[in-house]
Amino acid sequence: MGSPATGMVLTMLIVTDEEYASDATEAAVLSARQHPMRILTLIPRPGRGPDQIDAQIKVGGDDGPGEVAIVRLRGNRSAHANSVVIPLLLPDTPVVAWWPADAPPVPADDSIGRYAQRRITDLSTSPDVPKALAERRAGYVPGDVDLAWTRLTSWRSALASMLDLTQGPIRSAVVSAEPDNASAILLASWLRECLNAPVEFRTSEGPGITEGVLITPAGDLRIARPDNNVASLSRPGVPDSTIALPRRPLPELLSEELRRLDPDEIYGEALLGTASASSI
Amino acid sequence: MTNPLRDPRDRRLPKVAGPCSMILFGVTGDLARKKIMPAIYDLANRGFLPPGFGLVGFARREWADESFAAEVHDAVREHARTPFREDVWAQLSAGIRFVAGDINDPKAYGRLKAEVSALDRERGTMGNRVFYLSIPPGLFPVVVSNLRGSGLTESHEDEWRRVVVEKPFGHDLASAEALDVGLGEAFAPDEIFRIDHYLGKETVQNILAVRFANAMFEPIWNCNYIDNVQITQAEDIGIAGRASYYNSIGAARDVIQNHLLQLLALTAMEEPPSFSSDQVHAEKEKILSAVQLPDDIDLHTARGQYAAGWQGGVPVAGFLEEEGIPPDSTTETFAAMRVTVESRRWAGVPFYIRTGKRLGRRVTEVAVIFKRAPHLPFASQAVEELSDNALVFRIQPDEGITVRFGSKVPNTASMEVRDVTMDFQYGESFVDTSPEAYERLILDVLLGEPPLFPNSTEVDLSWRILDPVLDRWAELGQPPQYASGGWGPASAYDMIARDGRTWRRP
Ligand SMILES: NC(=O)c1ccc[n+]([C@@H]2O[C@H](COP(=O)([O-])OP(=O)(O)OC[C@H]3O[C@@H](n4cnc5c(N)ncnc54)[C@H](OP(=O)(O)O)[C@@H]3O)[C@@H](O)[C@H]2O)c1
Repeated sequence: MGSPATGMVLTMLIVTDEEYASDATEAAVLSARQHPMRILTLIPRPGRGPDQIDAQIKVGGDDGPGEVAIVRLRGNRSAHANSVVIPLLLPDTPVVAWWPADAPPVPADDSIGRYAQRRITDLSTSPDVPKALAERRAGYVPGDVDLAWTRLTSWRSALASMLDLTQGPIRSAVVSAEPDNASAILLASWLRECLNAPVEFRTSEGPGITEGVLITPAGDLRIARPDNNVASLSRPGVPDSTIALPRRPLPELLSEELRRLDPDEIYGEALLGTASASSI
Repeated sequence: MTNPLRDPRDRRLPKVAGPCSMILFGVTGDLARKKIMPAIYDLANRGFLPPGFGLVGFARREWADESFAAEVHDAVREHARTPFREDVWAQLSAGIRFVAGDINDPKAYGRLKAEVSALDRERGTMGNRVFYLSIPPGLFPVVVSNLRGSGLTESHEDEWRRVVVEKPFGHDLASAEALDVGLGEAFAPDEIFRIDHYLGKETVQNILAVRFANAMFEPIWNCNYIDNVQITQAEDIGIAGRASYYNSIGAARDVIQNHLLQLLALTAMEEPPSFSSDQVHAEKEKILSAVQLPDDIDLHTARGQYAAGWQGGVPVAGFLEEEGIPPDSTTETFAAMRVTVESRRWAGVPFYIRTGKRLGRRVTEVAVIFKRAPHLPFASQAVEELSDNALVFRIQPDEGITVRFGSKVPNTASMEVRDVTMDFQYGESFVDTSPEAYERLILDVLLGEPPLFPNSTEVDLSWRILDPVLDRWAELGQPPQYASGGWGPASAYDMIARDGRTWRRP
């Protein structure tokens, strides 16, 4: 593949089944406007059919500066996606691998993940979050990151900016969320790591995370988001206020993820911390 | 105490501004409706506005809070960049207040103060205030003295006050200094934020990134390798209905004093020890104080007014026929000049600056043009089509960088060299994540981070550069006409031809 658009900053390898392929590719294409990239969507289709590789290629166009190839690997070939990938990696630029669902146990050891310095998984698509979380933890290598963590940024930022305005120690904290919400579990773990204080997890009806509370001697700092967009903030001695805390669409999450490609240590600590959380 | 949730390694968490209220003067104006209020909504929508934010509009209208909120609503719906969300709007509008009054009436400021204090109680804005003066600069002194009289500019411990003003920052050195004195009555220098929306553009900030983050540009960034620098800001439109504003300002004051001299400073400045605002300002100030005009202004500057003609297949009116422009107007719509930077790095390198309305296309760029290779081992015919190497920062549109260099023509038996260009397209702005310049600047005001705002020394130095040219032009009467849709008057071509050079076609 020649490269008419010379501004490419990375190669994105999306490994997915048919179900997630088009949403993920579309998100990457939108994200490529901010981070011009070559996108290779690899769809392994094992099974008895003929051994065959089908590829669809789009270069330039109205979608933005990205280049896209959607590659279906059938039959035997499905196990050898890496051999297709090698010649297509942009020279000397970072590689990112993304599994929109069904990530391998150790992404960094995976035949595709091996090429990537940033490996993106998504716990929220897992049918069994506690099991998947344990797997992410066991297989964690710096450079891994999960979109369940990316989804948390606005919550973490809101909690941190509340705390900017307060003095004094935090005794404990509470996170309320739908059961088995991966982001909420990571949030609780992050709070525990940072505050060095007990964090209670309460289940609620959702959607997603509905409340975060920091308990101080002076009173509670509370962020409550009963629906998807707007949260109310309350702290002692100050009138309640509201902020937008929208659940962000996939392209935005991906763009945030691609802004920095060095390992996210804070995520690593929060992820590993979930081991103690699940035992509470 | 440090915040345990903020870890320096955690670079995802954005800075969120502290609680405050913004008091907006000139809410009925063009700028407030098209830029400021939509940007505030966009910030709210992206979750960047502080919890506890209030917006107080002030104007000579008999509006209730709700009718003002409806005005803001319409402006937001029409001009906001991000999608309109009812619930975000609801939370923003709950903090919107309106105060009716005349800017000259001290009593109105008493009411303003009462409203702002009520917001502190009701919305938790905590006594922090931003005064945004989106009004003609002639009104600044009266606003500032009335604000002071009402006690609105006094702050208690832990509270802050900031004032935002828009260009033009005066119309010459004397008036700029007078403006500073006026604002200085009530605000300290670091509380004054002068908005030059160009400096909020990511591509402008990218000039510093490209220069100072790389090994390969800085070694050749000097008079040994650079022949000249051409900075262009061109618009294809005319004055677009802003006759009274434009007629009193002209191209040089409108664009060169602020945008283009800032671009020059960023292109020419030395590497700052760090990107702290003090140090960036210090380097920019050094460059601006080293800028010299040519001895003979007439020979090395050019000005003009666009004539009636055709542009893009449509007939267009000349400047003097535009509604609201007197037929004897001496205001220039095109301005060009040569300046030099008196330093070792830039000795003998001319900087050509130009701006104009109704030019060939809408474009802003900084083109760094290199000297020819000292020796060309080719037959002279072989390099006939080779021109000078160039590195171009494209500020808008198509933000990015272009490099031009010579390369072999394919399929020729003998060696033939011609120019080729290599384009880097900067990632363009994209749905909700990439902020518009105004969002960025307003957020920086709320955060109290001044690196992107010119300080008063830079403003004064820029006027010091421009004033002698403006004075000389004022003696010369009406500027010559130039054809709409081209690249300016004949005198612009002549001034650069005198130096044995040509303008690049942007
Ligand atoms: N528009 C732009 O794109 C742009 C770009 C850069 C800088 N600027 C600068 O930004 C500022 C605002 O520009 P603009 O285009 O919005 O100007 P504008 O449309 O002329 O609006 C000026 C505002 O000032 C108010 N005003 C004028 N005289 C007043 C008085 N005696 N008492 C009370 N209010 C008065 C007007 O209120 P009324 O409705 O009651 O008259 C209006 O709200 C100016 O300093 C301008 O130079 C504008």
